[in-house]
Amino acid sequence: MPRTVIPFGPQHPVLPEPIHLDLVVEDEKVIEARPSIGFIHRGLEKLAETKDYVEFVYVAERICGICSFIHGQTYCQAIETIMNIEVPPRALYLRTVWGELSRIHSHLLWLGLMADGMGFESLFMHSWRVREKVLNIIEATTGGRVIFGSCKIGGVRRDINAETIKTILKDLDEIEKDLRGITRVFLNDRSVKARLCGIGVLSKQEAYDLGCVGPMLRASGVAQDMRQQGYAAFKDLPVEPITRTEGDSYARCAVRCGELFQSVQIIRQAFAKIPDGEIAVKVTGNPNGETITRTEQPRGEVVYHLKANGTRNLQRFRVRTPTFANLPAMLKVLPGCDLADVPMIVLTIDPCISCTER
Amino acid sequence: MSQEQIELVTIDALLEKVRTKKNQGCRLVQMSATRLPDQVELTYSFDLDSRLTNLRLSLPGVDTCVPSISSIYGCAILYENEIHDLFNVKVDGLTVNFHGNFYKTAIKFPFGGLKVPCASSAAAPASGAASCATAPAANPGATK
Repeated sequence: MPRTVIPFGPQHPVLPEPIHLDLVVEDEKVIEARPSIGFIHRGLEKLAETKDYVEFVYVAERICGICSFIHGQTYCQAIETIMNIEVPPRALYLRTVWGELSRIHSHLLWLGLMADGMGFESLFMHSWRVREKVLNIIEATTGGRVIFGSCKIGGVRRDINAETIKTILKDLDEIEKDLRGITRVFLNDRSVKARLCGIGVLSKQEAYDLGCVGPMLRASGVAQDMRQQGYAAFKDLPVEPITRTEGDSYARCAVRCGELFQSVQIIRQAFAKIPDGEIAVKVTGNPNGETITRTEQPRGEVVYHLKANGTRNLQRFRVRTPTFANLPAMLKVLPGCDLADVPMIVLTIDPCISCTER
Repeated sequence: MSQEQIELVTIDALLEKVRTKKNQGCRLVQMSATRLPDQVELTYSFDLDSRLTNLRLSLPGVDTCVPSISSIYGCAILYENEIHDLFNVKVDGLTVNFHGNFYKTAIKFPFGGLKVPCASSAAAPASGAASCATAPAANPGATK
C-alpha cells in the first residue's frame, strides 16, 4: 500500500505550542511518527551564567506558564539544599498549598483542552469555568494568576491569614462539587469513552523503560510520585499515587481526574496542620556545591541539576522537564493508531512545549 | 549532592556501567552536561525505587566524543541529541541522529564555547555529528 507523509503541527488546533510530527500513514493507519522540536528553544539554562542566583527565581518561574510556581519552588529547594538553608515549616506548607492549587488548575486546563480537542465544547467551557475559581484563589493569595512570584530562596514572600484560609476552604467545597460534576462526564460519557478507551495503549514495562513520568507513567500501573519523597510539607502529608492499569488515553484522563480530588484533600490537610511562625529566613552568601532536586509537577517529575562555584552566578542550571521525558512514549504509541486519534494521543501526554523549550 | 551518589566512570567503562544499571531495573532519569573551563562533565542519573544514583564522566573540552547509550536506554536519544546540539559533544552510535537539527538555536553550540551564528542550522547538518567516525546514517524519523 502506498505511504503518505502528513505533517502534524507545528501549528495545529490541538497544539497551543509548536511541535511538529511527520506522520507516515498507510490509508488511515499511522505507520511511523517523525518528531521535530526546538522551534522556540529559549536558552534559559544559559541565562543562569549571567543572572544573579537570587534573581534567577523569576526566570525559573517563567520556564512554564502553567506549572510556574513549582518551577520556582524546585529551583529554590535546589539552592536551599546547596546552601543548607532551613526553610520555616509554615513556608513549606504554603509552598505545598500553592503547588497543589497549580496542579488543580493545570489538570483542569488539560481536561478542557482535551474536551475541546474532541469537539465537546460545553465540557471544555465547564472545565475552564471551574479553573477560573482556582485561579481566583491563587490571585487572592499571591496577586498573580499565571506567575505567582511567591516563592523565594529561604521561604515565601506572602502569608495566608486565618480569615482567607476559611474562605479558601469554603471555595474548595464548591470547587470539589463542580469537579464531581465534570469528572463524572469525563469518566462515564459514551462519546468521551469512545474517543479514549483502548487508544494509545502503553504497557507498564514500556512506560518504565521509556522513562515516562507523571500521569503518563501512573496510568500504566507504575506507582511513582515524587511527592512521596517528602519535599516541602509532604513529609507530614502522605501521598498515595493514583494509578490505573489500562495504560490507554482513558486511564491517563482518569488519573488526572483522581488527582484533582487528591489535591483538594492535600490542601485541606495542609490548612488543618499549618503551623504558625515565620515564612522566610534571611539568606546570605553564595551557593557552592551541586545538587539534583526532583519534584512532582502536574505533568510529572521535574529534575533540576544545579552546580555552583561560590559566585553570584550558577555554573550550570539544567532542567529536565516532564514533557521531555514523555516524548519517547508518545512516539511509541502513535504507530498503529488511526490518523483521527493522533490529536487525542498527543494531548494525553499533556505536552508543554514551553517547558521543553526552556 | 553527596559524593556517594556520584560514581566516576571512564569512557571505556561507561556502557558496561549503564548496562548494569539497566539490568538492575533502573530508570534513566536524565542526562546533563556541564562545561567547565577545561573539560565537559556528563552526568547520567538513574532512579531505582525512588533512589537517585549518578554516573559522572569527565571529558576533554574540545573534540569530545562519547559512546551513545541509546542502544541500552532508547529514550536517551533525546538527551544525547540535546547534548550534541548545545555542548558540541559528539555522540557515537546514536540510534536516532538529528545531525544538529534537534534544536534550532541562533548560536551554534551555545554551551560549546563557540560563538558561531548559525542562521542556516535548520537546513545544514551539524558538522559535529557528521564527523563522528562511526555514527550511523542520518535517519531522524527512525523511532524505536
